[in-house]
Amino acid sequence: MAGSRIGMQTIALSSRPAICGSAAYAGKKEGEGPLGAQFDFVAQDELYNQDTFELAEKQLYLDAIRKAIRKGGSRPEEVQFLLGGDLLNQIITASFSARDLGIPFIGLYGACSTMAESIALGSMLLDGGHAQQVICAASSHFCTAERQYRYPLEFGSQRPPTAQWTVTGAGATLLSMTPKAPVLAHVSHVCMGRVVDLGITDANNMGAAMAPAAADTLLALFSDTHTTPEDYDLIATGDLGQVGHDLLMQLMREQRMPLPDERYTDCGLLIYDREKQDVHAGGSGCGCSGVVLNAHFLPQLQSGQIRRMIFMATGALMSLTSSQQGESIPGVAHAVVLEGAGSKA
Amino acid sequence: MDKQRIHTNPQHYSWLTDQLSPPSAFGSGLLQAFWVGGLICVIGQGISDIGVHLLDMNARDASTLASITLVFLTALLTGIGVFDQIGKYAGAGSFVPITGFANAMVAPALEFRREGLVLGVGAKLFTIAGPVLVYGVGSSVIYGLIYALFIH
Repeated sequence: MAGSRIGMQTIALSSRPAICGSAAYAGKKEGEGPLGAQFDFVAQDELYNQDTFELAEKQLYLDAIRKAIRKGGSRPEEVQFLLGGDLLNQIITASFSARDLGIPFIGLYGACSTMAESIALGSMLLDGGHAQQVICAASSHFCTAERQYRYPLEFGSQRPPTAQWTVTGAGATLLSMTPKAPVLAHVSHVCMGRVVDLGITDANNMGAAMAPAAADTLLALFSDTHTTPEDYDLIATGDLGQVGHDLLMQLMREQRMPLPDERYTDCGLLIYDREKQDVHAGGSGCGCSGVVLNAHFLPQLQSGQIRRMIFMATGALMSLTSSQQGESIPGVAHAVVLEGAGSKA
Repeated sequence: MDKQRIHTNPQHYSWLTDQLSPPSAFGSGLLQAFWVGGLICVIGQGISDIGVHLLDMNARDASTLASITLVFLTALLTGIGVFDQIGKYAGAGSFVPITGFANAMVAPALEFRREGLVLGVGAKLFTIAGPVLVYGVGSSVIYGLIYALFIH
């Protein structure tokens, strides 16, 4: 067995699976944001030539997967697992896409942590010798999430400043032991998070609900690998938004493991221009970390601008029912350590 | 395993969250709600006055005309995707007048059309307006009883 557990939650992947294909398909609003030019594709409307928003999200998902596999120099028949999920009930986006692709499917629900969760599990499958090539994917769509979790789209309501905007987009990452395209990055460690809940009940403040889980996983990773935040060029969380970002900084300060300002960022803060695009605390959704990783971080890992980073996606594990029943919101955060293509083990 | 890795209790965390969460803009929110809500009422009054003075209606018919017109305008603005912007700006200012009720009916009708006429529109039409009806009608029954028994 190549991989080995270190500490309580971390696994060091000695074979360092390669990321050799990536794709980010985004919606119109995301295309108008600061990362717009970096996406593989920007849909011109919310329906993406489909009859329903749900089908539109599925099509984005499917197209992102196909593109990532193609960019990785491969074909769907050569991919042994699809690991993926989304935010919709019964993860229909992922499973309907799997129906069309015919790749053996491992459906995941980690709320917005799915991009990191799928890469973590995919890397372990490769490192354990159970596959040579897997595709990992995650998506969200503003309109499908809104109608499932909140109000009808045309209903005139106000959001509090702590609310976040669900990203329309799908990210796909091809992991391979036998890369046929230039390698973008290697996965060196994965750290699976625990579910942490510090009692936040406000579904309009998900960043606050998820920040403790993010702190918990980061502390586990640093302790297990004997590293500190200074050992990484970048630490990126998935969708904590401004409130969760500030809370995580504060929690880490209190734990005497402060995150340096210039090395810590959040995908939810990168994807939109928060002032101009009126998204309140920032972006959220599986697609948020999904498209930012694939469009923004992976190219920088390939070019050497980032040598080593922690990509940690965070998920709020509540449902509409649990929220309405007044239950607090459990959070989870899964982390993967990504090393630039040129770096040595 | 150290179960409590983050040494923060929920009370402290709740306090911290309150410190770091920006509050809603209370003052400007009130002002926006006031002028938009006021404007909607002025428009309603204007329509009613037109009914009385120009169309030779009695006061009751004129106020019905005002309601119908405002509901129609809201439905139209909801349908063309404008009313949610007004609601986002004005909050209770656009929600409390009859316009809010109209929006709360039309928005689900548009939204759930794709799930079919029965289980979509039919079942979901009152998702937002339902509670208003339940408690509005319910409280009017109680008020009616009190009126009938003690005041009349």
